[in-house]
Amino acid sequence: MTPRQKRLSAVVLVLVGVSVASLLALRSFRDSVVLYYTPAELAAGKATGKRAIRLGGMVSKGSILREPGSLTLRFEVTDFTRTVTVHYTGVLPDLFREGQGVVVHGTLVNGEFMADEVLAKHDEKYMPPNMAGKTVPRAGVTQ
Amino acid sequence: MNAELGQIALILALCLAVSQAVFGLVGAARGWGNWMAVTRPATVGQAGFVALAFLMLVSAFLANDFSVQYVATNSNSQLPTLYRVAAVWGAHEGSMLLWAMILALWSGAVALLSRSLPQGFACRVLGVLGIISAGILLFILLTSNPFSRILPAPFDGNDLNPLLQDPALAMHPPILYTGYVGFAVAFAFACAAMIEGRLDQTWARWTRPWTIVAWLFLTTGITLGSWWAYYELGWGGWWMWDPVENASFMPWLAGTALIHSLAATEKRGLYRSWTLLLALFTFSLSLLGTFLVRSGIIVSVHAFASDPLRGVFILGLLATFILGALTLYAMRAGQLRSSAGFELWSRESFLLFNNVLLIIAASLILLGTLYPLLLALLELGTISVGPPYFQLVFLVPVIPLLGLLIVGMHSAWKRARIAPLKQRLVGIVVAAVIAAVLLSLLFAGRMRTMVLVGLFLAIATMLSALSIPFDSLRRRLPVPRGVVGMAVAHFGVGMFALGATVASAYQSERDVSLAIGQSANVAGYDFKLTDMRMVEGPNYVAREAEVIISDAKGRVVATLHPQKRTYRVQQNPMTEAGIDVTWQRDLFVALGDNLGEGVWSLRLQYKPLIRYLWLGALFMALGGIIAATDRRYRTAGAREATGETVPERA
Repeated sequence: MTPRQKRLSAVVLVLVGVSVASLLALRSFRDSVVLYYTPAELAAGKATGKRAIRLGGMVSKGSILREPGSLTLRFEVTDFTRTVTVHYTGVLPDLFREGQGVVVHGTLVNGEFMADEVLAKHDEKYMPPNMAGKTVPRAGVTQ
Repeated sequence: MNAELGQIALILALCLAVSQAVFGLVGAARGWGNWMAVTRPATVGQAGFVALAFLMLVSAFLANDFSVQYVATNSNSQLPTLYRVAAVWGAHEGSMLLWAMILALWSGAVALLSRSLPQGFACRVLGVLGIISAGILLFILLTSNPFSRILPAPFDGNDLNPLLQDPALAMHPPILYTGYVGFAVAFAFACAAMIEGRLDQTWARWTRPWTIVAWLFLTTGITLGSWWAYYELGWGGWWMWDPVENASFMPWLAGTALIHSLAATEKRGLYRSWTLLLALFTFSLSLLGTFLVRSGIIVSVHAFASDPLRGVFILGLLATFILGALTLYAMRAGQLRSSAGFELWSRESFLLFNNVLLIIAASLILLGTLYPLLLALLELGTISVGPPYFQLVFLVPVIPLLGLLIVGMHSAWKRARIAPLKQRLVGIVVAAVIAAVLLSLLFAGRMRTMVLVGLFLAIATMLSALSIPFDSLRRRLPVPRGVVGMAVAHFGVGMFALGATVASAYQSERDVSLAIGQSANVAGYDFKLTDMRMVEGPNYVAREAEVIISDAKGRVVATLHPQKRTYRVQQNPMTEAGIDVTWQRDLFVALGDNLGEGVWSLRLQYKPLIRYLWLGALFMALGGIIAATDRRYRTAGAREATGETVPERA
């Protein structure tokens, strides 16, 4: 091969590689993108279909109910306009507690949220997305 | 007083960084010897003053000077001394100062170790580093001053985030930063080469050891972070594809591509413009990582309280550096013509494939990381891209990459002879197939295609890497350090792949609820909760469980004491997992909540071979150390400058 052909074949190779890769990426993107909602958005019926979604908000005060001795519990997530009931079975993260921000992953079934994952961020100053700026009674953190 | 002294030292460092840039670049451009002579002292002085500022902050932490805002927010008089030092980089301001200090120390090292380089070139390198330093120091002084005071001073501090009170995490930021800030040196060398028009392969030889050292620190830093997340966050995962993890992983992928393309550029004068571009991109990805983490645009463990001005400032710096460098590149790239030829079956081709695949992986990870930010910016909704996407876009390029690596390591430059290659590889392939089948039978008693492929590639990579030095020794040929380093690092790649494959394919995990005296079974091991008590640490109290683990034959293999700690100041609960480690597996117990009626929630995990993935990563770093200390790098510069030719080595 002449140097020119070689360069050309290298360029073609890279182009093929990149396009195969982007095709793959786009395909798996569709399946991996997880949409995020606030309780108010869920109440407005924005989440349709059976796909897994994420819900973020604050754990309502006094809403955590546990079946004694079992890993199953329910709690309410609120954005101070609407509230969604969440069901979960498993070990909770360290920072999960009433009045703290939380993000849950799972599906919406008949208006209630069946979570398979609960995330509480490791920072007491953390606010779930789209919650910042709302008038929220925050825990007093001296700064 | 210390805080004010630190502040003044920072301002002086900024002045010196500016003079380092001006004297270095203008002096070299005009050929003014006396200007150039100032550049080195200015650089060393800058490093000294930034280090002084850093020490002043350390001393404020050690002295519990809570009138300094940053100390008050991140430390406490009860905090153990080691963590008071680590608290210096526990939040935004201090970690930016650490960033600046590490950059200054790299610059200082370049200043002291570049005497064998032509003076003009060294001055340009230092000048470019000076511009970067000045930008970062300005950022600290204007938006993130760690020395500002609060009056009246609080009686005691708010304490360091308990998650960060851990030895591995105390070391993680300095090592990680040493890595990705170190790519600034490759960036500066590339810029200097473009400014000077010295676009032959000499700049690649001078850059190579610096890049390898930066890369090995980055490798170690990421490994420490992954290990910490595994045992400290309580979920037993070792990689979550969190945006912040991606922020350090993208420069690693680009840096890995860079050290490989530098090899081709240095040895054969190939891919010169690509290597330049890669040097620019690697550091740009480091800066992007800094932006993602420090601007607070991503909410994660690492993102500290956000301030829009900081984000805009870092974005401005990022844009300036990248656009500046790319403009330079656009002006120079036209002058680059590769003349060296090579056959399709040669080391050059394999290195090209390596680069293409690594860059595909890095770009797709970049896409997945930035896409949610872009949507949020355009107010098109809040989304997250899940781990399945990242796993796919990482594995798809990496599987052929490993396959090519197994063969590529044995290929010669220019044109590889196929017959001896075949002979050598047949044995390796047969051995790897047998070992893969045996391993998967051992762990699961059944075989899955993907797991077999993973095991085969991992084992064949390890064997292939080992066979290189052993083959030379058997034939009584000398083995250069560079080759040993390459073999050790690639052995590490195989080991990592082995650990990652087995740990992900054959792990098992259960969340259980147990009362004292009850037990649960995971992967043939019996976990029995035997006791629950309170224990006291230096600055926390903890509820501690005792879990006795016995194997299928009823023999006790381990007694673990997982804890749930509550730190006195911040009152946040923290999981401290109990882990039993052997060469074959980890057994992992994390203590959850009191479920009432004397029942506790526990997360039990069995992770076979998981240690090998971190050990493998450390082998990669070790390979880097061996390669970077090759003697030819210490003498090459001097010989080059006097026009002597350097003997080629494989």
